[in-house]
Amino acid sequence: MHWLRIDHYYQGPLEAPRSRFQSLPCMHCEQAPCETGCPVNATVHSRDGLNQMVYNRCIGTRTCASYCPYKVRRFNWLDWSADAAPSIQAQRNPEVTVRSRGVMEKCTYCIQRISNARTDDKQHGDDFDPSAVVTACQQTCPSQAIQFGDINAPASAVSLARRDPRHYRLLEALGTRPRTSYLARIEEEGAGDEG
Amino acid sequence: MKAEPLLHATGHFLPKDLSDHQVSRQVFGPLQQFPRRVAWRWMFGVGLVLLLVYLGSVAVLLGNGVGMWGNNQPVHWGFGILNYIWWLGIGHAGTFISALLLLIERPWRHTLNRLAELMTLMAVICAALYPILHLGRPWLFYWTMPYPNEMGLWPQFKSPTAWDMFAILSYLTVSVLFLMVGAIPDFATARDRASTPLRQAVYGLLALGWRGSQRHWALWRRTTRVLAILAIPLVFAVSSGYSFLLTMGTQSGWHSTLFPAYFVAGAVALVALLAIVVRWLLCIQSLITPRHLDMLGRLLLATGWMTTYGYLADLFMPFYSGDAHEIEVLLARISGAHAWSFWLAIVCNVGVLQALWWRNVRQSPPRLALVALAVLMGMCAERFMLLIPPQMRDLLVSSWGDYTPSLWDWTLFIGSFGVFLVPYSLFLRYVPMVSVFEVKQALHQERGDG
Repeated sequence: MHWLRIDHYYQGPLEAPRSRFQSLPCMHCEQAPCETGCPVNATVHSRDGLNQMVYNRCIGTRTCASYCPYKVRRFNWLDWSADAAPSIQAQRNPEVTVRSRGVMEKCTYCIQRISNARTDDKQHGDDFDPSAVVTACQQTCPSQAIQFGDINAPASAVSLARRDPRHYRLLEALGTRPRTSYLARIEEEGAGDEG
Repeated sequence: MKAEPLLHATGHFLPKDLSDHQVSRQVFGPLQQFPRRVAWRWMFGVGLVLLLVYLGSVAVLLGNGVGMWGNNQPVHWGFGILNYIWWLGIGHAGTFISALLLLIERPWRHTLNRLAELMTLMAVICAALYPILHLGRPWLFYWTMPYPNEMGLWPQFKSPTAWDMFAILSYLTVSVLFLMVGAIPDFATARDRASTPLRQAVYGLLALGWRGSQRHWALWRRTTRVLAILAIPLVFAVSSGYSFLLTMGTQSGWHSTLFPAYFVAGAVALVALLAIVVRWLLCIQSLITPRHLDMLGRLLLATGWMTTYGYLADLFMPFYSGDAHEIEVLLARISGAHAWSFWLAIVCNVGVLQALWWRNVRQSPPRLALVALAVLMGMCAERFMLLIPPQMRDLLVSSWGDYTPSLWDWTLFIGSFGVFLVPYSLFLRYVPMVSVFEVKQALHQERGDG
């Protein structure tokens, strides 16, 4: 199941195309089409603006996936983890619930890491500092192309990046107001897009 | 067809000299002694086989998950939703024939309404099973209903999927009520004519203590009219409900205000087909006359032209909007991988339909049946072309994909005809298929002695 899809595009002549890619996690839209589609409130906004997926409330109408213009949602068409022993299941999903057959899933912005960071801060009596959260994709990206943070805080790294003139949102005209956004790549021959 | 002498210029299309006794004998006779037993057994047998196919497909589906179907990224809604919309469209026609024609007082309706109402009921049941089976976790379907629960959770009322639940439940309730209330006087006659205690008891229960007093008739008349007035807007509520299911999304090609009308129109086909089958099976050719078939043919033609208007508007709108992706989706519909569905819909729903301009096609049962079958197939193709190609051409090119229905998609669809046929065959044996008292009333009124 791809929670972070890498879209591959080609540019230029067929004989020698230039290869482009764009990474697509869930956009966590402010005006999320998926949320209006769900009849049982299984996908909802959290207080900090995450588009949450409540696995045990999901009944699998797939309306959310049909409505998602980015098609970042993935459905458990069959029971993918039935054959695995419980220990293996836990090993594959150390920090998140094992999704059962017939429920939708998608990128959560690593909500388990956000929760851990919030709990840690609380235990130490500190205010929650979102900049301390590092998402799994951010952690593994060798070129450090992914940033995560609080867009409500004007001084955060993501807020600064969003003020960059290269900043753009995917399918912005739809009015979904995605939280995930991109910086355009500037090249000598012309502009290409990069996640 | 040697039925020429039956073509009468009366409002009810029945022979002028048809006596009350003949009407009763033709309708209540089959309840005791069915005329075409062999044919009926074939119909019932085929229905049973199909029902078994359906149950088998449901078992496979529930045992393994929706992955048994052809749906996948990016086509999340395939045959399940398609067949749901198809069966509902069929149901709408029955409501129209019986409720609308009742309100505008067309006496020829009385020989067709019962078979149309029974058809609606079965079609709505066939349709209503689909959204449930279509769920990833079908056993939790009741979560879309507002019921008291310990979590204090409500359905999400902004979702068209939740509206569907309300729409279908109301439609089913009103269809059952309309059918049952409408048939009370006939059930009472069946009760009075019943030859066995069991039949007496069952028909007696269905007749709800009907004695035919003036008060009963007055109440009955009021109730059926109220139900008819409720039923007609409900048809549009239901068809708007599932059209919103498509329009509320971001998908191009689904933003059409025509969809509700689209899905209602053109579904008269199954009424025509059933009228032909029922009149032959019950030998009631003098009650459902070629004039009735003629009228159904005309209705089919008229609603067919409404559908044609829909197609034309759908072809025009993307270009009028100038939206590149809308045009892209339209081109995928008419020339993409599944362009066959668009052209099949055009051939069946526009092309073949034009045969109905000729009276000898409308009044000939086999020819009308062929046209009706073509339209039923065309309606299926239409749903396919409306639903599938837009999903295959998503907004982001990277999400483009294909869709092929799997074996289990087909078996469930074909099997759903068993869900329709088995109860319908039983109705043929045990329910008066023509509204006898209304026919008699129409006959009397026409003669001026009623």
